[in-house]
This record gives sequence, structure tokens and C-alpha cells, in this order.
Amino acid sequence: MSRRRPEPVQVVKQRRDAALQALVQGVPYVQFLGITFDRRGDELTAVLPFHERLIGNPMLPAIHGGVTAALLEVTAVIGLAWSVLWDEIEAGQVDAEQLIAGRLPRLPKTIDFTVDYLRSGLPRDAYARAQVNRSGRRYASVHVEAWQDNRARAFAQATGHFLMPSPRG
Amino acid sequence: MDKVKMARQFIEAIPHARELGMEFTDIGDGAATMRMPYDPRLVGDPETGVLHGGAVYALLDTTCGAAVIAHPSNPGGTATIGLRVDYMRAATAGQALRTHAQCYHLTRNVAFVRATAMDDDSENPVAVANGTFTVEGLK
Repeated sequence: MSRRRPEPVQVVKQRRDAALQALVQGVPYVQFLGITFDRRGDELTAVLPFHERLIGNPMLPAIHGGVTAALLEVTAVIGLAWSVLWDEIEAGQVDAEQLIAGRLPRLPKTIDFTVDYLRSGLPRDAYARAQVNRSGRRYASVHVEAWQDNRARAFAQATGHFLMPSPRG
Repeated sequence: MDKVKMARQFIEAIPHARELGMEFTDIGDGAATMRMPYDPRLVGDPETGVLHGGAVYALLDTTCGAAVIAHPSNPGGTATIGLRVDYMRAATAGQALRTHAQCYHLTRNVAFVRATAMDDDSENPVAVANGTFTVEGLK
């Protein structure tokens, strides 16, 4: 009747990070933009390091609105996929080792995505965090905010609806 | 210099548009048509090879902005205020995307634009967009 001893923290952490890396690295477009994800517990922050090729207005200069939208959408999709995956891994329904080995889950599909451009994106690193407002069996609604130097002054925000992948099996 | 040439040069000066291989096929009178070749680097789902929504969004946003610049009553540049994209279906892997945007209304401060994205099957659009853009007066 003894409770199983919890695994060492490094083992848990290493497995979770590897699962996240597998998920992120499976998407070519995320690699193309150079977006990485920083994990603290179940919370993810997307990081987009600045690069010349992300410029949309060379006069200002400012980040391309399409890049901003892409950062927000990538953050929403990965954030949503991760929140579902996290619960499944914790519940033992998904084996993290399988993910790491490359057996990736289908990602949610964007139904619609609306971006609010609040101020121009400066030529420096950008961050984004998603909040899953509803995650149902078929549909999900996600809100995302992107900021640069000051977390309280978002330069863009977005809301999107997503179609969840059909359950495996 | 004619407007097509001007707009082409304008877009070619945008590093990100160049990076994605965007090019104009037509522009004028508040309308713009663009093309973006298929590129494996822009894939969102490696299993199917379907383009990521973000890349489709970037092309639609650029085309909408170009349509605003091409409007005869717009004196200067523009910036996106808000843009909504509806993804109706996945773009077919291997096919170029073509977009058409129309700036259908322009006030002193705001331009209203809608756009469509298609692959080889033009009867069934991949995505549609609806957006608002700033109207920048000459200073």
C-alpha cells in the first residue's frame, strides 16, 4: 500500500522539456521564424529573437505585421497543444518518450484568427504568451498577447478559434 | 514611374516579404494581387506538408497593405490596425498561394480591406481576410 516514490526532479524536468522540444521542432515554420519556448511549469513563453529578415517597414524600422501575426498564431497553437498534452502526459494517457521519439500528436487547426496591432513592433526580441479560454472536445478559444520590453505594454494581441484534432485510436 | 513598378519596388524593399518570396502579379486602383511560391520552410504540419497559417496570414496582410497604398485617394503609407483571417481549408502542399485584396472603402483615417487566398483550385479559397488599416496623410 506504499505510495510510489516521486521521480527525481531532473528526470521529470528533462522529460517535459524534451517533449516540448519535440513538439516545437516538429513544425518547420516555427524553426524558420526562430521561435523558441521557455517553460516554467505548465506555462510557456514564446521568444522571437530579432533578425533583419523579420523587418516589414525598413523606414521605421518595424517588424512585419505578418511576423507578429505568425508569432501570435504559433504561440496560440503550441500553447493549446501543450495544455492538452500536459494533462494527457500527467494522466498517463500519453507517453512522453513516444513524443520524444518523434510520434507527435496532430496539432489543432486554426479556424479563424484576429490580430489587434496596438503599436509597431520594434527591432528587438519579442515575447508572447497564450491563454486558453476554452478548450472543448471539438473547439477551443485562445487569447494571445505579445510584448517586447514591457510586459504591461503589449504591441499586439489576438484571439483565435481552433479545431481540436480528433482523439487518437 | 508607374504604380505597379513603384509597388513592386516597395514590397521588394521589405525584407520579410522578400524572405517569403512574395511577388506582385497586379496592382492598381485600391487592389493588389500577389503570389508566394510553396516553400517547405513555411510548413505547419510536416505530415501533410500544409503551409502554416502564419505564412498565409503574412501574405494576406502584405497584400491588404499594398491594396491600401494603391488606392488613388490614399496619400501615403499604411499600417495594419486589425486583421481577421478565416481559414476555410488547408492549402494544398506543393502549390503556390495567390492572394487578391481590395480596398473597398477609405475614410480620412481608416481604410477597409478584404482579401482572398487561393491555391491552384481558385473556386475554393484557402482563406479570406477582413481588415482595417491606417491612412497616413502627407506631412
